[in-house]
Formats: sequence, structure tokens, C-alpha cells
Amino acid sequence: MQPQNQTVTTLKPSTTPRRGGALSRLTHLARLEAESIHIMREVAAEFSKPLLMYSIGKDSSVLLHLARKAFFPGRIPFPLLHIDTGWKFKEMISFRDETARRLNAELIVYTNEAGKVAGVTPFTHGARYTDIMKTEALKQALDKYGCDAAIGGARRDEEKSRAKERVFSFRDAQHRWDPKNQRPELWNLYNGRLRRGDSIRVFPLSNWTEIDIWTYIHAENIPVVPLYFAKQRPIVDRDGLKIMVDDERLPLKDGEKPQLETIRFRSLGCYPLTGAQVSRAANVREIIEEMLRTTTSERQSRAIDADSAAAMENRKREGYF
Amino acid sequence: MAALTNKLAASAAPRTLDEFLAQQRDIDLLRFITCGSVDDGKSTLIGRLLHDTRQVFDDQLTAVANDSRRWGTTGEVPDLALLVDGLQAEREQGITIDVAYRYFSTPSRKFIVADCPGHEQYTRNMATGASTADAAVVLVDAEKGIRVQTRRHAHIVALLGVQNIILAVNKMDRIDYDRARFEAIAGEFAIYAHKLGVSKVEVIPVSALQGVNVVARGAKETPWYAGRTLLEALEGIEVPRDAGLKELRFPIQLVSRPDANFRGYAGTVASGDITVGDSVLALPSRKTSKVREITTADGPLPHAGAGQAVVVVLEDEIDLSRGDVLVHPDHRPTLARTFDAHLIWMGEAPLLPGKRYEFKIGSRYVRGLVDSIQHRIDVNDLSTREAEALDLNGLARVRIALEEPVAVDDYKLSRATGSFIIVDLLHFGTVGAGMVIAPHPSSRQNSDVVWQPTRVSAQIRANQKNQRPCVVWFTGLSGAGKSTLANALEQALVSRGHHSYLLDGDNVRHGLNKDLDFSDAGREENIRRIGEVSALFVDAGLIVVTAFISPFRADRNRIRERIGDANFIEIYLSTSLEECERRDPKGLYVKAREGKIREFTGIDSPYEPPLNPQLTIDTSKIAITAGVDQILRFLENKGFLNQADPGL
Repeated sequence: MQPQNQTVTTLKPSTTPRRGGALSRLTHLARLEAESIHIMREVAAEFSKPLLMYSIGKDSSVLLHLARKAFFPGRIPFPLLHIDTGWKFKEMISFRDETARRLNAELIVYTNEAGKVAGVTPFTHGARYTDIMKTEALKQALDKYGCDAAIGGARRDEEKSRAKERVFSFRDAQHRWDPKNQRPELWNLYNGRLRRGDSIRVFPLSNWTEIDIWTYIHAENIPVVPLYFAKQRPIVDRDGLKIMVDDERLPLKDGEKPQLETIRFRSLGCYPLTGAQVSRAANVREIIEEMLRTTTSERQSRAIDADSAAAMENRKREGYF
Repeated sequence: MAALTNKLAASAAPRTLDEFLAQQRDIDLLRFITCGSVDDGKSTLIGRLLHDTRQVFDDQLTAVANDSRRWGTTGEVPDLALLVDGLQAEREQGITIDVAYRYFSTPSRKFIVADCPGHEQYTRNMATGASTADAAVVLVDAEKGIRVQTRRHAHIVALLGVQNIILAVNKMDRIDYDRARFEAIAGEFAIYAHKLGVSKVEVIPVSALQGVNVVARGAKETPWYAGRTLLEALEGIEVPRDAGLKELRFPIQLVSRPDANFRGYAGTVASGDITVGDSVLALPSRKTSKVREITTADGPLPHAGAGQAVVVVLEDEIDLSRGDVLVHPDHRPTLARTFDAHLIWMGEAPLLPGKRYEFKIGSRYVRGLVDSIQHRIDVNDLSTREAEALDLNGLARVRIALEEPVAVDDYKLSRATGSFIIVDLLHFGTVGAGMVIAPHPSSRQNSDVVWQPTRVSAQIRANQKNQRPCVVWFTGLSGAGKSTLANALEQALVSRGHHSYLLDGDNVRHGLNKDLDFSDAGREENIRRIGEVSALFVDAGLIVVTAFISPFRADRNRIRERIGDANFIEIYLSTSLEECERRDPKGLYVKAREGKIREFTGIDSPYEPPLNPQLTIDTSKIAITAGVDQILRFLENKGFLNQADPGL
């Protein structure tokens, strides 16, 4: 069972509710799916230059799948934006390009060239690396394309400050989020009106949980990056994280020697900052099974969130995804 | 395989992955909120629910233990509220500012819980959480009893149409699980809920801190309580999906035209059922056709029901657009420009009847206004009173008047087609949320009638212009700078978007007062007429600026009385006679000194300076721009110029 090898030409109607005598009840996945589709259609209707922030992970895979459904039989009516820090896993990049081809979608890849030229890497710049190569890069890209709405795959169950964020999350001209002064957001009446320069981040997966994502990926047979599936990969143990040696650029410390271990990733980011977990889950079913037993949260494997409880809120205020 | 999960309650936990997946296909979703007054323990209660249903991961518990030492309010015990309060300001202040959404599940149900802030100033955030809820858990502190915020929240929950209310009487541990006290609170709340028209209220004694009757039953603590625990109640709440409106409402979100051969209408079925072959009517365009196909990415459907996002293809090539609503021709909603609604005001600046806003109803934006506030509602005792304006967090019943007809239903029957938000036209923030009150079927005809305000008052004309009308009356010697300053002031007002009118010698003496001479009687009549014209312009909502010598106190005071003391702003230009004579812009002082002009103010006719002018300005001492700034600041401070709403 390796869904990434299948191309999705037909979509299984497994979450489509069937009609009983009276109107049948929608299952929770069908409700979530319909809500996300509704949100994406609102974006397409209300904004002049929307785009979809494509981060290649499982949530992005679901987001793209829902976007296809939302605009079927048409194409996805906005480009995909990938912020490439230069340190993503190789398999992510190949999956990204393959996905864009398969969906016939316009893909914009943006890198903060000034940061790259200045030699900003995860090893030399610590926490500032993420600020420069991700947050700054995203702001530069959104400004460059004059984007007024950026759709992202963030979920409220990921992290505490995300749990507070609106579906249509208002950003000022500096891309800042003001958590103490969010627009009220009632029913499904999303307010897309903006002053020039302001923008909205849109999160259609707000109400999905991690297990919903995997259950949906299973039900809909959605391709995901193979890094989610357990396999022998070269690993070094560093600061309590299992870091995969994805290429020769990872500077090895004295005595460090990559060992082959059977691991998988629960979430994906820049390889030098993303911890792997020892796992035997080699397909989606086994991942769901593993999740039902797990006792740690998804973001634990992210080096950037471990700093403090407020780390994510600060990043978001600055304009992070 | 042993019981598969440690995160699902043991009893009905699936034992194999396939059982789990089968259950996931069948499981439904309940959205609920927790609300109530600040410090009644909402966040702790949710923390307890998450903890006791084993939804909390180890690293999250460790983080809470760390945070508890720093910010916790529960001593040595981990402060479970910190699982929920996510913002730095919230953790520092120990309060909840905005809604936090949490997710948990039991074998029978998935839950989305919106933890709502208790402070009155964050009511709009609470309403945000409540608008999508199926049920509400209203908390009350057993020690403190029912408070204003408890009532306010229960009221908003009822207005928003949440029919299932659970009153959780919390902190029972603080009153030694006293049954009498619990029953007194339950009784008091039942009376209020009855007034609100809420049918189903369940009252449960709990201690979120000790975990009593939340998930685990408090057999020791509340042996006298035979009802359900909070979790049992939440699992048992019935949410009939086909309740409310059974008639088709399909608001068109998007026209799908991928190529010349396909034209479909994308949207989510708001209510009722749409079937291939159905005759449909589009509103407000009133075009009719038949459903040829219902398309989804998963293949065509024979029919679609409430909540489903689909694409509808019609038989005929009719031109519909976003905002149109498809309905069955025999079951139409009301098509109306005016209707009544309950309103929750969320703007920092007050709601002003007559001021234009934008309304989003379904997928449609229409401009319009609040014609009148019928009454505002006091949440404490549900009494109603008259109001000219509605402040932040105020509740009222209003009449809405839109520029174009829209399809609306009674909110009680249909949340989707009975709700709207109000958007400010300057900063575009969401400033209000409304719920349509049973629109009168006869108003079907009124869709063809242009809005007739019930009564166009001075207030409505002023609100429309976003200002409070007044008269800025300059007085002073000839050459003191009245016309210069008045002109500069008017320019500044207009550039800020205000509506003004300048009256001076040039436009009055040559027209309206052409028949008057410069005798005492002529001068008196001149000023009287200017006063009357000013009064009319104030009634029209304008800011009137006048530039006349107006030397006599008695004349000026008569106008002050005519306009009303509060709206008559007397500005004395105290520039000295020497300076005015030195300037002598029209050469009048020379002629007066030569005796060619008689009874010239300051020379051979007296000038009576105001005794209590609102402002005194000497134009020989300060620049014109500084004078204008001083006047603008005065007008702002007195509330004549509505300051720009800081926005949301």
C-alpha cells in the first residue's frame, strides 16, 4: 500500500453521504470536507490574487485534494506557492514537482535570494534562519505577487496559538497578525473586504485534526511524500532529535556517524531541523494505527517550536504561516 | 488485537483498525461552546474534559506542568486551564481573550469545543464561537451564583439559536457539594431560560478542578445527583440535521465555466434537498430552469442535501451569478429590501441609524443601513428601552433597509439564509451580526418599492454624513481673519470627508439679503436671516461655518438659542483693532477714518466681544493652519466629527 505511486484519476466517493429515506446525516469527515470546499470557493470568489501556500506535507496534500474537488470540473484557479529554503528533503522537492505536473497547476517556487547569498543556514543562524528563509521569504513572495489571500494548511489542533486563529485571518500591510484584535467571524459568513495592502490568510483545514487528515488520506487514497512511511534511512542523533542525513551538506560533528535506522516522519520541514521517529508504520493504515497509540503531539519533532510555549505565537505575529 | 487506543474511552473502543475506520465513517460531530462569566472555570473545565478523555499528549502535559509553575493559579496541581489558554497575554493575565477551539472524541462522537472568553469586552469573540455551535455549556460559579455575564451569554446563545443549553454549576467543591445551593441556582436559571424561550436546559453540578461529574461520576461527592455527567450529556444531545427549514435554499457561490461546454453553479446546499429534474427559481433574478445535473469531483449525484458542497448544472442557458439563491418555485423565501432583525453590535464606534454599511447575506454583499433601532435589550432583565445608537456589545432589535432586495428566511428556521454580518465601509471590519426575525410574507411586494424611511430625522441625516451638525460662528472686527480662517476650516473639513457650508458676506448679501441696507434694523435682520439659514442647514446635517462681524452680543445670543447651546460654537477672533487697521485688506478703515463710511465697527460703532466664547484666536499671534488645527481638535473632542473607527 504505497499511495504515492498511484495517480488519482478517479476519486472514491467514500465520504459522500448517501441518502436514506429522509435526508441522511453527514458524517464528520463529509462535514469537514464540505466546510473546506465552501471556504476555498469563497476565496476564489472574493479575492483578486489568491494563492495556495503549498508546503508539500500531508496537510498540503489534503488541501490540494480539496481544492481540486472545490473547483471540479475546472482547474484550481490559483497558483501554488512553495517557499523553498534550500534545505527541504530531496524527496519533498521531487514530490512537489510531480504533484504540480499531475494536477496541471501553476507552481511558484520562491527563495529568499538575499538570505541565500548571505549564507544563512540552519547551522549558522539558529532561530533566525527560520525568520529569514521562511517568514521573510513568504512576506517577500506575497508582496512580489501582490497576493491578497494566501490559503494555508494549518489546523487548530496543532498548537495553542493556532487554536485561536480565525478561518479568514486578517493581516495588515506588514503581514502582522494581531491576536488581541481579530475580526469577529460568525457562521460561514467570511468577511473578505480589505484595504489596499492588507491581506487575509485562509485556513480551510482549521477544524481538522491530525487523525482526520490521515483517515481522509486513507479514505480518499491521497498521495503523500514517502518520507511519512517507515523505511531504513541514515540518521544521526542530535540534541534529542533524530536527524536524517539527506545530503552531504549536513556538517557531522566529531564522533557522529550516520546509522541506518527504520524511521518515518510525522511532520515535514527543513531536514536539519526535523526529527524522525522510530517506527515500523509503512503505509497509511499502519500510520493511523500508530497514531491511535501515540502519546506525544505532532509538533514535538519540530526543533523550532520547542523554544517556548509562545514561540509559535511570536512567529505568527511576525507573519509566519 | 488488544484495545487499540489509549485515547478513546475504554467501553466502546474499537478493537481493530478496521473497526476504528468503520466507526470513523459513521461517527457524527457535535460543536459546542463553553461560556459564562470570567473566572467561572471554563478553560479548566475543557482542560478537564480533554485530560479525562485522554486526549492530552505527554509532551503537552509536561509543558502544562512547566507553565503551571510559572503562571498557574492552582498551586501544586497542574493548572489544566493552561491546556487551553494559548495567547501570551492570556497566560500572563490569566484570562481568555479570544475563542480557542479544541477537538476531542469518544467512540460515539467527535467534538469541536469553542472555549469562549467571559469578559464583556470580548463578547464579539464569544458570539463568534456561539454562531456555529449545536449546544452550549454555560458555566456558573457555585459560590458566586448567576451573574450579568451568565445572563448575557445565555441570551446571546439563545439569540444565535442554540437550542441545547447545559448549565454546569462549577466549583461545587468550594461549597462542599451543597445540594440546596445547587438547586437554588438551577431554579433561578430555569426562570431566565424560560424567558429566553430556550426549551432544553440540563443542569449539572460539577467540579472541574476535582474532576467531579465531568467525565467521572461524583458518587462520593454528589450522591444526591442522579442525572448525567457532562460528557454523557454531550454525547446524548440530539442534533437533528433536518430540523428547521426543509425547503431548498442553494446560494450560488461561484459560477464554474471551465470551458465553453460547461456552465455550473457551485455552492453549499443551505437547507432542503435538490434533485435532478427539479424546477428551480433563482432569486432575486427570478429566472427559472430545471436541474440537469448535480456534479461533484466524486461523480454525479441524483440529489444533494443540506451541508453538501456541489455544482448544479441547469437545463437552460440562463445567466446567474454569485449571490443568487436557487429555490423551488412553490417554496420561496421572502424577497425583501427591508426586514427586522436582532443585532449584536461589534464595532468600536457605535451603530448609527442612517449610516451606510455593507451587509453580507449568504454569498451576497448589499449596501444598506439600519433604518431604526426599535429597542435595545437589557440582558439583565430582558427589558427593552429606546435607543438612538448602539454601543459595542449592545443587543437590539432593528429595522434593516437595503439598497437591493435579498432572499431571506426567519433565522429561527434557517441559520444559513437568516443571518448576516455588517461590514464598515471605511475600514472593512466586521461591526455587527444580525439574525432575521420572521420576515413578513407580504413584504414580497415590497421588493419593488424603494426604501421609505419610517421618519427622516435630523439624526438620520447627520448619521448619513458621519458627523454631528453644528454652527461654527466666527465673530470679530473687520480684518481679524474671519473669512481666511473660515475658508481654511471648510477646506480641512471637506478634505476629511465632512459635509459643510460656508456663509459669508459674499454669498448672503448679494442674494438672500440683497434687500437689506446697513441701518441698525437692516443689520439686525441680516443676522437673523443668517441664523435661520444656519438652523435649516444644521437640520440638513451640515457643519455650518459663518464669517460675519456680528458685533452685538444680543444678536449672537438669539442665534445660539435658535440653534441650541450645544451645537453653537462661538469663536472670537481677538485680533486687535491696531492690527486690523494695519492690515485693512479692503481699505475700509481708511474710508471710515476719513468719514466716508459711517457706523463702522470699531471706529464709530461698538464691538461687543463674547463673554464665554468656545475658542479665542488671535490671528496676529498664531498661523492660520494652527488656528484650523485648534478648531478641528475642539470639534473632535466635542464629538462633532466622528473619528475614524480604529477598525477590526
